[in-house]
Amino acid sequence: MEFLSYLISGLSLGSVYAIIALGYTMVYGIAKMLNFAHGDVIMVGGYVSYIAMARAGLPGWLSVIIAMAVCTLLGVVIEGLAYRPLRSATSLAVLITAIGVSYFLQNAALLIWGANFKTYPSLISGTLKLSLGEDRQLSIPYVAMLTVVVCILIMVGLTLFTSKTKMGKAMRACSEDKGAAQLMGINVNKTISVTFAIGSALAAVAGVLLCSSFPTLKPTTGSMPGIKAFTAAVFGGIGSIPGAFLGGLLLGIIESFAKAYISTQLANTIVFAVLIVVLLVRPAGLLGKYVPEKV
Amino acid sequence: MSSLKKSKLSASAVRDYFSFPLVTAAFFIITFMSSHDMLNKRMQGLLVPVCCYIVMALSLNLTVGIMGELSLGHAGFMSLGAFTGVVVSQSLIDSVPNDILRLVIAIVAGALIAAVGGFLIGLPVLRLRGDYLAIVTLAFGEIIMDIVNCLIVGHDKNGLHIIFNFKGEKTVADLNLAENGTAIIKGAQGAVGTKTIATFTAGFLIIMLTLFLVLSFIRSRTGRAVLAIRDNRIAAESMGVNVMKYKMIAFVLSTTLAGMAGALYGLNFNMISADKFNFNTSILVLVFVVLGGLGNMLGSIIAATVLYILPEALRGLADYRMLMYAIVLILVMLATNNPKVRNLFVKILPKRKSKEGAQ
Amino acid sequence: MKTFEKGKMVPMPSTALIPERDLGKIPVLECYHLGIEFGGLKAVDDFNFTVGKTEIAGLIGPNGAGKTTVFNLLTKVYQPTHGTIMVNGQDTTGKNTVQLSKMGVARTFQNIRLFTDMTVEDNVRVGLHNQVKYPTACGMLRIPPFYKKEKEFHERAMDLLSIFGMQDMADVKAGNLPYGAQRRLEIVRALATDPKLLLLDEPAAGMNPNETGELMENIVKIRDEFQIAVLLIEHDMKLVMGICEGICVLNFGKIIAKGTAEEIQSNPEVIKAYLGNNSMEG
Repeated sequence: MEFLSYLISGLSLGSVYAIIALGYTMVYGIAKMLNFAHGDVIMVGGYVSYIAMARAGLPGWLSVIIAMAVCTLLGVVIEGLAYRPLRSATSLAVLITAIGVSYFLQNAALLIWGANFKTYPSLISGTLKLSLGEDRQLSIPYVAMLTVVVCILIMVGLTLFTSKTKMGKAMRACSEDKGAAQLMGINVNKTISVTFAIGSALAAVAGVLLCSSFPTLKPTTGSMPGIKAFTAAVFGGIGSIPGAFLGGLLLGIIESFAKAYISTQLANTIVFAVLIVVLLVRPAGLLGKYVPEKV
Repeated sequence: MSSLKKSKLSASAVRDYFSFPLVTAAFFIITFMSSHDMLNKRMQGLLVPVCCYIVMALSLNLTVGIMGELSLGHAGFMSLGAFTGVVVSQSLIDSVPNDILRLVIAIVAGALIAAVGGFLIGLPVLRLRGDYLAIVTLAFGEIIMDIVNCLIVGHDKNGLHIIFNFKGEKTVADLNLAENGTAIIKGAQGAVGTKTIATFTAGFLIIMLTLFLVLSFIRSRTGRAVLAIRDNRIAAESMGVNVMKYKMIAFVLSTTLAGMAGALYGLNFNMISADKFNFNTSILVLVFVVLGGLGNMLGSIIAATVLYILPEALRGLADYRMLMYAIVLILVMLATNNPKVRNLFVKILPKRKSKEGAQ
Repeated sequence: MKTFEKGKMVPMPSTALIPERDLGKIPVLECYHLGIEFGGLKAVDDFNFTVGKTEIAGLIGPNGAGKTTVFNLLTKVYQPTHGTIMVNGQDTTGKNTVQLSKMGVARTFQNIRLFTDMTVEDNVRVGLHNQVKYPTACGMLRIPPFYKKEKEFHERAMDLLSIFGMQDMADVKAGNLPYGAQRRLEIVRALATDPKLLLLDEPAAGMNPNETGELMENIVKIRDEFQIAVLLIEHDMKLVMGICEGICVLNFGKIIAKGTAEEIQSNPEVIKAYLGNNSMEG
């Protein structure tokens, strides 16, 4: 029974990672940049929904929509102001700018909402209790179920979006070759903006779900999940949508089991060690394509 | 035409070697100011850390600027050096009473352990490329931090006692120290009760040593091989340059210097925890390197100094200082990397140059 | 399909035309049934070829025929999936690019691959990497034999640059050189590794007829002075027919003809490959 409940908490955590990783991977795939500020957008999503629920007394579903709207706008503004002017710059310059944006968001949050952590009112509370025979009971928090379901819906939605819609195809074209996409009449800047918008909206969802499971909210809340989700995206093969999904889930499950069976202190170490081993065996992650350099 | 390029190129050598007199002059001026009470206490306290971060920036510039690989876990090697230095220094307090000698031993030990760590981590890391390499260095940085956080170390007449607190249930009492034994590292609390023996002079000397080693390295057979790999790995290989070997040499040199900086840093505070050397510290040093210019050693020194002191100088702005720092960082990156802004500078600069030429 | 089995004598490829002066000496390069597949596609298939000790040989063929792939196989940028490469009579199976360089195979690249941020002289010094050696520590600490060896680096680099009269460009950044000079520098850099076999991938690309003529003279001069073999890929037929003693024509990864310039020029297969069946252009 313990095993099952650890698996469920791992799946739930992994789903949050997967949703964040999807945002990372889409932005990486198209803009070829490591958006280190992505984790902090999660934090902003958490705060906005917190304010909407706890201060303004709005219902949970509405707070999620508000958070998504704010984060979408934030994502587009960040991209337009900080990243778009650096489109032709080196990836390192963009990386440092992303770090600057991350500092900015964290410290702005610190000024606006203060350093003390807020206790997040969970979106839905309660647990589903399943009894499996005598004295064996499995309790599944509703939040965990919701998280997994939302993650699967997002994954399916994104896959359909990128394969069926015009904008989705434009995204794939841009990620293959921006120059050629431009020549084919695709508005590259608009496509990148939309990608950031979607990624940031997903980050808001992830923020709400993350805070529902782990209800302490502070300005650095997004950092560690951001790094983990980035790891998950690389783990699955950065740039690949199913890869991010798979990587996120696996990472969550590994972390949950490592905490339960090996050591709480070393949970992160084990997660990162698995990443290292996977990259040594498959240098482009689980589902990534390894493209050798052309001579 | 070619003579113009020639003078431009030797300018980079001149710039590099100009670092020596500049650092020396800065050292004497600051020492003079300090001995005449012209520095406040806060500035005094910054002197050694600034030296450490300058060495960190120089060493990371070797990895990022010269070798051309992004490392996001450099603070991990600083951590190895720091805790090794503290353990060595604290356990030698009785047998080597001379502070200077003990400091030297501690720094050498810190450098050695960081070198070994760099070699072991380099084996897997240097096989990877680009962003994948970067994420793995990040992973190792976090792993080092986690493991050091589990470390409980004490010293008594029987020697060193080391236990790993992996399950979170062990304490200093589990070291079973003999009488007069002292705990040096207390798990997540970090090193506590360290006798601070780091000095500004030592900081100055390790900067000079680092500069000398790094600059000589770049302008040697080995350094050229590393630069060649950075510029074009496939061409370097077909010239008979063993890519893995030379990347490893550069990486280990880089981590060794980081370990040196770490040992000095660790011995500058009477308490320090592993969390100090987290991802944010790695990023902080990376920002020094990028803003100072890749491969530009003088730039690293200046960027590290200015950016380390900047948040202190902005202290008047209280809570807004880190926000200001973030804005400054973004604006500088936009100003130096946006083609439009750069063209603007290019338009202004040659005019000034030609005026100078006419005079 | 024929496969090469180790230990068994394989007949010499029939039409390799080793110049008379190289007969009886071990050829610098022998390829037996060389081939590579990329996901089922045979990029190079059953490539049998021999280059004599001081021969200038040419590898020609339409675009996409697999010429550069052959070079990548010869330098082990790709590991062949079939066949054997012998350099100076030594089997190269399982060896890597660095070891091939040490065995005496040097190359230039079709898409120039200089160390663009380094000076011209430093580019050549990297080429001399395995010719002049001293320990890393001596370089870092500036202790003997550092200065002596660096002097040797300088002198040898300048000597090599003088082949193309490039000494006065020694301090220019390689990336700032004009195109033709970049191609020449690649040749100098390859020569610095003290090769037995020099592989030139489209050395005359982007050069005007004057420059090409000069290059032809220089290739012959290099061969004569260094007593090495040269294998070159080139689309400029004036150059190929002018200096190559043996020519090999590749199409769709397979050899369609081998022989001297005259033989190749009159070979109907070759004409068909280059011009197509009913095209009159070219």
